[in-house]
Amino acid sequence: MNVDETDLPGLGRRKDFMTASGRRIGVVEYREGQTELIVSTWDDPDTCQASIPLTAEEAAALGNLLGGQRLAMQLSEEHREIPGIVTRQFSIAVDSPFVNQPMGKACIRTRSGVSIVAIMREGEVVPSPGPDLVLHPGDLLVAVGTQEGLDTAASILRNG
Amino acid sequence: MDPIALTLIELGAVVFCLGLLARLAGRIGMSPIPFYLVGGLFFGAGGIVKLEGMHEFAHLSSEIGVILLLLMLGLEYTAAELVTGLRRSWQAGVLDLVLNFLPGAALAVLLGWGLVGAMVMGGVTYISSSGIAAKVITDLGRIGNRETPVVLSILVFEDLAMAVYLPVLTATLAGVSFVTGLQTVGISLAVVTVVLLVALRHGHHVSKAVHSENSEVFLLNLLGAALLVAGLAAAMQVSAAVGAFMLGIAISGATAHSATRILEPLRDLFAAIFFVVFGLNTDPATVPPVLGWALLLALVTAATKLLTGIWAAKRAGIGVPGRFRAGAALIARGEFSIVIAGLAVASGVVPQELAALATAYVLIMAITGPLAAKFVEPVVAIMRRPASPPAVRTAGGI
Repeated sequence: MNVDETDLPGLGRRKDFMTASGRRIGVVEYREGQTELIVSTWDDPDTCQASIPLTAEEAAALGNLLGGQRLAMQLSEEHREIPGIVTRQFSIAVDSPFVNQPMGKACIRTRSGVSIVAIMREGEVVPSPGPDLVLHPGDLLVAVGTQEGLDTAASILRNG
Repeated sequence: MDPIALTLIELGAVVFCLGLLARLAGRIGMSPIPFYLVGGLFFGAGGIVKLEGMHEFAHLSSEIGVILLLLMLGLEYTAAELVTGLRRSWQAGVLDLVLNFLPGAALAVLLGWGLVGAMVMGGVTYISSSGIAAKVITDLGRIGNRETPVVLSILVFEDLAMAVYLPVLTATLAGVSFVTGLQTVGISLAVVTVVLLVALRHGHHVSKAVHSENSEVFLLNLLGAALLVAGLAAAMQVSAAVGAFMLGIAISGATAHSATRILEPLRDLFAAIFFVVFGLNTDPATVPPVLGWALLLALVTAATKLLTGIWAAKRAGIGVPGRFRAGAALIARGEFSIVIAGLAVASGVVPQELAALATAYVLIMAITGPLAAKFVEPVVAIMRRPASPPAVRTAGGI
């Protein structure tokens, strides 16, 4: 599955993909942190039939509804096709320097190229966690990247 | 009457009227800029009411208005966005520049305003109103549309082009010799490059210098820094507006977002005064003679912006309706056209008719731009399926 990420200069970022039925569906993430669900019209995939603002809780709830639990397994399944890309899970130890800190502080993507695609917390999945998400001890981070990147990310999460 | 009392009364009346105009504009879903301009025409030289008391304050306020407009333009995009925008959409940006600069410049030459006039009018017709375009895209729910990044990256390119254009314009208006002009332009180009590099690598240092958790301290830091940089730039003959713009680019990340939030009300106030003052200094009697030219220019430059958008969207693989939406979103001209014309008029080297033409032109474009963006969709839809209704009728007849 290919999710397109497009910069919207001055506004934020759009992440969307084409469904098998020919509709484009995705989210717009604003710089200020709001999220909007977008769905294209049936006759013109360039335009939007609906742009629905979602609160963080609503977005998380929708994500869970759309298949949360299987996310990690699916990810490893999908990335098996791409050479060099690996999915790994990291748990946040009680003594990690990022406990109770927003995830963005760790700058994992900048420093290691690894993307945290989901966080499992108390049996729930938080898909596409933003940099503002505060990490709790016991959180399980689902990360996608190269072997070396993942090693770097592991050491960042352990040692800062 | 006590001069202070007179000033306060005039200023209060003008600002209050602006409030009414802005409310009217909001009610019918339009940009308030044309309303402010018309308001200024009514109050000012040759208008219905003469305002003498507030002259000094209004003059200084309008200068601050320009600085805030440009500061916020710089804040809008991060340095990284500017650089990627430049790399990804320079072809569309260059086409935009050529197609939309030439009509204004050509008309100025035709009207005998010389190269300086051409330089000014080219800028007026080139620069889209990023404020109006962003509002149109948001209001029409087109942020998630595929053509929107195309539109935004053209606006980003124009933003960068302004950084080069404004110093060139200031040098031209100051009537400096060719060598001095080249020097000024060289200095400002170097400054633009340095600021971009600094903002890319060390933007957080600049941000840290002005940032504060306390909104009062933050506001004072920001405003102080903006006026200081603008003043220094003006002293170096680079144009105050460019200085403020560069400061805006150098401030990045979260600081830029909170700066935008905190400066918005101030910008709205001072920019409104700037538009009114521009209208004030334009004699309404000079507008009707240039109205025909303004209409012609509006027609031509609406078409050229539409073409720019269509071409850029086509390259990005957007379908036909989306191409037209992209083009129409770019049509509106507004605040920066007036900023350019304002700089020219203040320098006194362009004829009075230029101000009148720019006013009439922006009035037309700021009103028709959003309308074009709104109605381009149904119009294209109708144009694209002319054959089907008769077919249905025949089937029904049988």
